[in-house]
Amino acid sequence: MVKKLDKVDAVIVGSGWVGGIAAAELTKAGHKVVILERGSDKKHEDFVGTKDELRYSKRYDLMQDLNKSTITSRNSMDKEALPVRNNSNARLGNHTGGAGNHWNGMAFRWLPYDFEIYSKTVERYGKEKIPKNSTMQDWGITYDELEPYYDKYEKTAAISGEESPLGPPRSDKYPNPPMKDTPTIRLFSEATKKLGYHPYRIPSANASQTYTNPDGETINGCVYCAFCEEYGCDFGAKADPIGTVLATAQKTGNLEIRNEAHVNRVSHDGKKATGLVYTDTMTGQEYEQPADIVVLAGFVFTNTQLLLTSKIGQPYDPITGQGIIGKNFTGHFNNLSTYIGARGFFEDKKFNNFMGTGGLGASIDDFSGDNEDHTDLDFLHGYEVHYSQLGTRPISHNEVPEGTPKWGKEFKKQSLKYFNRNLFITAQSGFLPNRYTYMDLDPAYKDALGNPLLRVTVTYDKQDINRAKAGVARCEEIMKEMGADQMTVDVVKDDIVFDHKFFTDHFFGGVIMGADPATSAVNTYSQMWEMENLFVVGGSSFPHNSNYNPTVTIGAFAYRAAEGMLKYLKEGGNVALAASKETV
Amino acid sequence: MSDKRPPRTSKEEAQHQQDMSRRKFLKNSGLLAGGLVGGGLFGGLITNSFDKKEEKAVVSKKDNNRMDEQARQFFTRHHDFNVLSAATEQIFPEDEHGPGAIKLGVPYYIDQQLAGRWGINGRDYRHSPYAVDLDKSDQQAGPAGEQSILDRGHLFLLGLRKMDDESQKRFSKPFDEADEDQQIEVMKDFEDNKIPMKGVKASEFFNLLINSTLEGAYSDPLYGGNYNMEGWKMKEFPGAQASYAGYIEQDEFKKLEPVSLRDYQGH
Repeated sequence: MVKKLDKVDAVIVGSGWVGGIAAAELTKAGHKVVILERGSDKKHEDFVGTKDELRYSKRYDLMQDLNKSTITSRNSMDKEALPVRNNSNARLGNHTGGAGNHWNGMAFRWLPYDFEIYSKTVERYGKEKIPKNSTMQDWGITYDELEPYYDKYEKTAAISGEESPLGPPRSDKYPNPPMKDTPTIRLFSEATKKLGYHPYRIPSANASQTYTNPDGETINGCVYCAFCEEYGCDFGAKADPIGTVLATAQKTGNLEIRNEAHVNRVSHDGKKATGLVYTDTMTGQEYEQPADIVVLAGFVFTNTQLLLTSKIGQPYDPITGQGIIGKNFTGHFNNLSTYIGARGFFEDKKFNNFMGTGGLGASIDDFSGDNEDHTDLDFLHGYEVHYSQLGTRPISHNEVPEGTPKWGKEFKKQSLKYFNRNLFITAQSGFLPNRYTYMDLDPAYKDALGNPLLRVTVTYDKQDINRAKAGVARCEEIMKEMGADQMTVDVVKDDIVFDHKFFTDHFFGGVIMGADPATSAVNTYSQMWEMENLFVVGGSSFPHNSNYNPTVTIGAFAYRAAEGMLKYLKEGGNVALAASKETV
Repeated sequence: MSDKRPPRTSKEEAQHQQDMSRRKFLKNSGLLAGGLVGGGLFGGLITNSFDKKEEKAVVSKKDNNRMDEQARQFFTRHHDFNVLSAATEQIFPEDEHGPGAIKLGVPYYIDQQLAGRWGINGRDYRHSPYAVDLDKSDQQAGPAGEQSILDRGHLFLLGLRKMDDESQKRFSKPFDEADEDQQIEVMKDFEDNKIPMKGVKASEFFNLLINSTLEGAYSDPLYGGNYNMEGWKMKEFPGAQASYAGYIEQDEFKKLEPVSLRDYQGH
């Protein structure tokens, strides 16, 4: 029997950045909020003294426990999908704070081009430049409209950076200066300058100095201890939801976080969401939490799966092109969009590779988005090339020059020699949506509670492969200029297929936004067109993937969504339509 | 405590400030002595990780005797353990740089991992249908038999016994008594997936063996390998340091004595 609980103003799935931001803004305005979080309770205290590579980078202690739930994966529609069984193929966030605990802290904004990608492409190159199976579309919002929310998130999260010479316009400077300069960052910057490019420091959520945000939360100055990615910060120096928005919400007394609460579906009457049905995984008891507004603030997979299992919205059908839920799945794919590039080996130089911070590094925007003229190129969108000094750890880093065996005497000798004598630069490229890359429910596999798993189908388009090749070639050019004695350059083969690794945590789509209910599931306030008290917020709303890390853009849209929720609680109705009427 | 001594150089000044802010953080988090947690844990964290920075070596007293206390948790047959020891030593051999897998404690590390949650794939999705023979385009779907119905403990037993069988078949002696060249010959055939196996591919087992050996060589000594942090010392990786704020801008390579979690956490 489902036990029905007392109604609250808002119930939220997930306590990561998106759920945290929504909770902070709603509770500050006096609303009672419940967050349902399937992971365990975490505090900063849990992260102190946890510089343990085996536990966090090899056993994935902070990631989603896949024995409870996972996804299935295939690389074309005609195949049966395989379940992703082990965290080495899926670093998905879990626990209070979500993926916001273990992110690196790279804090880029996306480009004006991204939000109006269809119009700007047609305007510059003509309609025939849009690839045949592309489902790319404008987002229904411009960069200028989003800018104030970017600014707000950056101030909440202590972002430390300097303006990119080729970056989008800003209403204010970063709240903190860039992090410390290092010899390897200088090497990258000098090489790219010599080649005529425009290096700048990667903006980071690892704070360059101790900082108090507008909500009164303090983020410490980073000590460069090199345990960021996959780790909670041992020193409170990386902006995360626990130390910022969740703390802010908790201070109001209006927030309750319920841990070990696995949401099974959205309850609704076809017109309005009535609440969330979840299982307390400590007892097995199922509850319904009624609320005036329901917010899905889970990862892309959670948000999409919940809509499909709750039968809200029309599922996307790749054969007919009809339907919307599950459409436009994109991401930074392991063997295509990131982690590929050029590795240089140096004979006479030795670097402090083991020092670093997740967001420490430099990048160039010369080839980002549409910054380069694509008239004569066989792809759209672009790539940013960066060097990052996030800190190498010894189990994961055994890089050796090509031709070295993978084990034995020679391997040991070379891997010891080059641990502090190699550098890697990578091209992170955008990924444009196509008709055959999407999500639906798996017909065979179920989670521990009996819900069908989400199935992901990823098909690379020719132009995605061409874009990746161009990025790798640029990495090779830059690494050569950096003076490497030997180089290993990744090869992107023409017949490369998706390798089922959901390792980057940068995935998008399924519940995409837009200005038109015919081609989008939510408006630009992440409010469902067909169920106005249901907000589906996060990467799930992005119609495509840019060449930058996504967290800041997710944070910005979460602030916009929270504004929409407040407005809806006051006035009701579709807040995007109301807003456009106001401006007319 | 080092914060009572005024810093002598600008580098020390930077380090000093970061240390001070660390103390403040711990204090604010209620983690310092007198806070939520007793003084033992975090008081120790501070005295060990911060104040020993200037000292020559940080070695836990217990480390010296640790290898004498080891025994098998997972492997019931001593012979399986001997095959494991010989194979890991070939993967990470003792040489002029320092100890190999056996002296680092790698076989015990693997034995202990297999006896725990990892050995039974406790965090993995474990529902059927399972697939063993994957389509070529799906073969990256998981390292070390991710799609296999076998758990890691089974994989190790199957793999090590197969290695031993191959040695018996080819050289009429057990794997651990075979010559170095003979062991390497068998292992290369596993790596190249030339040995037919049921339930898992030889190459997938071999990948698992390589990865586990490196984990044992380089994980924190608390897991039973990386004896006396010798793996880290060879690799010039200094372990769980509190801060690099004072060094990270400098051009020179910084050699630091490694710090283990036992010292960092202040046990």
